[in-house]
Amino acid sequence: MTAGPVIPDFGEASDCVSENRTFCSDWVRENWDPVLQPALVEHVKLTLIAVVVGFAISLVAALLAHRLRHVERPFAIASAVIYTIPSLALFQLLVPITGLTVTTVEVALVGYTLLILFRNILTGLRSAPPEVLEAARGMGLTGTQTLFRVELPLALPAIVAGLRVAVVSTIALATVAAFVVSEGLGVPILGALPLNFKTEIIAAGALAVGLAIVADAMLVVVQRLLTPWAYTRRVA
Amino acid sequence: MRAPRQAVEIVFDHATKRYPGRAAAAVDDLSLVIPAGEVCCLVGPSGGGKTTAMKLVNRLVELTSGDVRVDGRSVRSLDETELRRGIGYVIQQVGLFPHMTVAENVATVPRLLGWSKAEIAARVDELLDLVDLPAVDYRARYASQLSGGERQRVGLARALAADPPVMLMDEPFGALDPITRMRLQNELLRIQREVRKTIIFVTHDIDEAILLGDRVAILRDGGILVQYDTPEELLARPADEFVARFVGADRGLKRLSLTRLGELELEPAETASGPVLDAGTTLRDALSAMLNDGSRTVLVEGGDGATRQLTLDRLAELLR
Amino acid sequence: MTVAALDVFLNSLDFIVDRRELILDKTWEHVQLSAVALAVSIALAVPVGVVLGHLHRGSFLAVNLANVGRALPTLVVIAVGVAFLGIGFANQVVALVVLGVPPILTNAYVAVDEVEPDAVEAARGMGMTPSQVLRRIELPLALPLLFAGIRTAAVFIVATATIAAIAGGGGLGEILVNQASYRVEGLVGAAICVSLLALAADAGLGLVQRALTPRGLKEEVPAFEPDVRSVV
Repeated sequence: MTAGPVIPDFGEASDCVSENRTFCSDWVRENWDPVLQPALVEHVKLTLIAVVVGFAISLVAALLAHRLRHVERPFAIASAVIYTIPSLALFQLLVPITGLTVTTVEVALVGYTLLILFRNILTGLRSAPPEVLEAARGMGLTGTQTLFRVELPLALPAIVAGLRVAVVSTIALATVAAFVVSEGLGVPILGALPLNFKTEIIAAGALAVGLAIVADAMLVVVQRLLTPWAYTRRVA
Repeated sequence: MRAPRQAVEIVFDHATKRYPGRAAAAVDDLSLVIPAGEVCCLVGPSGGGKTTAMKLVNRLVELTSGDVRVDGRSVRSLDETELRRGIGYVIQQVGLFPHMTVAENVATVPRLLGWSKAEIAARVDELLDLVDLPAVDYRARYASQLSGGERQRVGLARALAADPPVMLMDEPFGALDPITRMRLQNELLRIQREVRKTIIFVTHDIDEAILLGDRVAILRDGGILVQYDTPEELLARPADEFVARFVGADRGLKRLSLTRLGELELEPAETASGPVLDAGTTLRDALSAMLNDGSRTVLVEGGDGATRQLTLDRLAELLR
Repeated sequence: MTVAALDVFLNSLDFIVDRRELILDKTWEHVQLSAVALAVSIALAVPVGVVLGHLHRGSFLAVNLANVGRALPTLVVIAVGVAFLGIGFANQVVALVVLGVPPILTNAYVAVDEVEPDAVEAARGMGMTPSQVLRRIELPLALPLLFAGIRTAAVFIVATATIAAIAGGGGLGEILVNQASYRVEGLVGAAICVSLLALAADAGLGLVQRALTPRGLKEEVPAFEPDVRSVV
């Protein structure tokens, strides 16, 4: 397993650091550029790639399952099995195949998003009320037109809800990537563990949690913008 | 602005629909002609095949045998999507697209047909006006913000958007409360006077059919046509026991509600006395007024200012 | 490359067989750690969630707790646990409980809160006391969803216990992070074992969930999939 970066030795550690008090803001300020910010950026990259790829796969699978009922069960079971396997174990199972690389991490992270995204997209596609579908058909919309103009827009609330869960979970899971590859916010944490260096652990941890909160909030805004009709109520 | 389209004739020619595995046909050898610009009400017991018969016209249900022709052309000869874009379709639960505004809902078929944005906008305003929903207020609303009656009005506007010559309406007012239903029935009559479409209107309510239909077709279980006549004929001369029971034992009174005082040639009232009624009162309500008052005469203000009278005897004569 | 990978997998199976005593030892440690953490989580979360749900109070907290729990990176929780509580079995149980409580509490709350109000009203109208309503009506009807939460927590705890190995918690994770001693084959072997453990726990609890679901409600909560419902 790789070791994280060792705390840079500046020769003169401040009192706060050498006494290992709970949180030393001076350390954070000094180490933002060399340690924390790069880790944060890497973490965002890891998450983004995983969620985008996972969404693409789940979308295709859900569209197929919407048309052909046999697709649903196998995909649901496969993604459930992947989801149940502990992340560290999944990483290790992939290492012989894809090595100690970012690919291994991404494959695993993508795998973890499939269950929630597939289920939510499919549920969303199925949520169109039957009378709406009948009206659409009776008015002369083709199957494809109905999919793009009616079913998908109506699926958006469920899709965005799924994305929220997927993004937040992936951000949390990506910290474990540090066991495989020297990227992400897990790296400073793992590095600080042997020395029990509290500040670094808390700083990196707070960044990870903060990232999750910000991403979640952004998606809530996106949801409001994309689905204005879901927030209205009877006027008269 | 586009020129309004002429209404067209609909012909059912031995139209039959059988579902596999079922002995009885859903629609059995149905033949009738709906003249252009008329409202034909299909009435019958629930599950009797009237909705199925209607759906043969826009091919939501496919014919097993026989033919259905719209404007002389068989429905089978057209691509089904194209066919449906030329037919207005209104259903009971409306099926408004929840994620679109009222304006976007109404604009659906014109958009599919490739109308210009300006044409569409003008048409939407025109239609919202027609169904009595001021465009200024209603354009940007969503379905969840509308009452049941408002939703069905939008549904009506949406079906009329591309100016189809034919309209299919499947129990459109069935889910509304009685007052709203009555309002919308009268709205439909008013709109039909303006746009004159050929309309097939399915209902299980014989009173609604008599009110709205130029002609009424009574279908029995299995979509078997029992009688196809104007409301007056239907009420005066029901074809058999089934129809007689369906129109109700009070069909005599129902006939009275078909005519209003103002439509009759009445004698001048000289010394007669009785309740004074409006020219728009139906004969049925006039009879009710006589009974309430214990009088054998009612009086009406004539157009020329002279008061006219209607006696109980004259009323009975009219029914013969 | 795939041949080499196949080689590794076959060797890892050898590892499992050869070192089965070690594997069983570590598996037992893992199960112990997980079971204790799960038991404590249930003991803490179920009463609180059920009572809150019964009283229909504290919904904001109860509902969002699961989302918060999901956002907590497991590594962070373990690391913070180590930094402030030190290493060892008891401290790792604490870290695991922090992660196990949210899904159980949220599910317990939602399960009881969303019991059909008509049924509850009818029960009260028949003269049952609040605690009788809770015991005889709300709890049985809430059981499937409640148990789904326990199942989610169990899988979560087993998974996180793997990482807890770095903090001296013991368990199969100890092999997983120790390439020096056990080499690739060992790591893969341990990975296979812990995966099977997690799947077995999930499947086993799934069967229990099925058994506990009253016949009339069988279709409502899918028993074959982990409950990742996001309560939006």
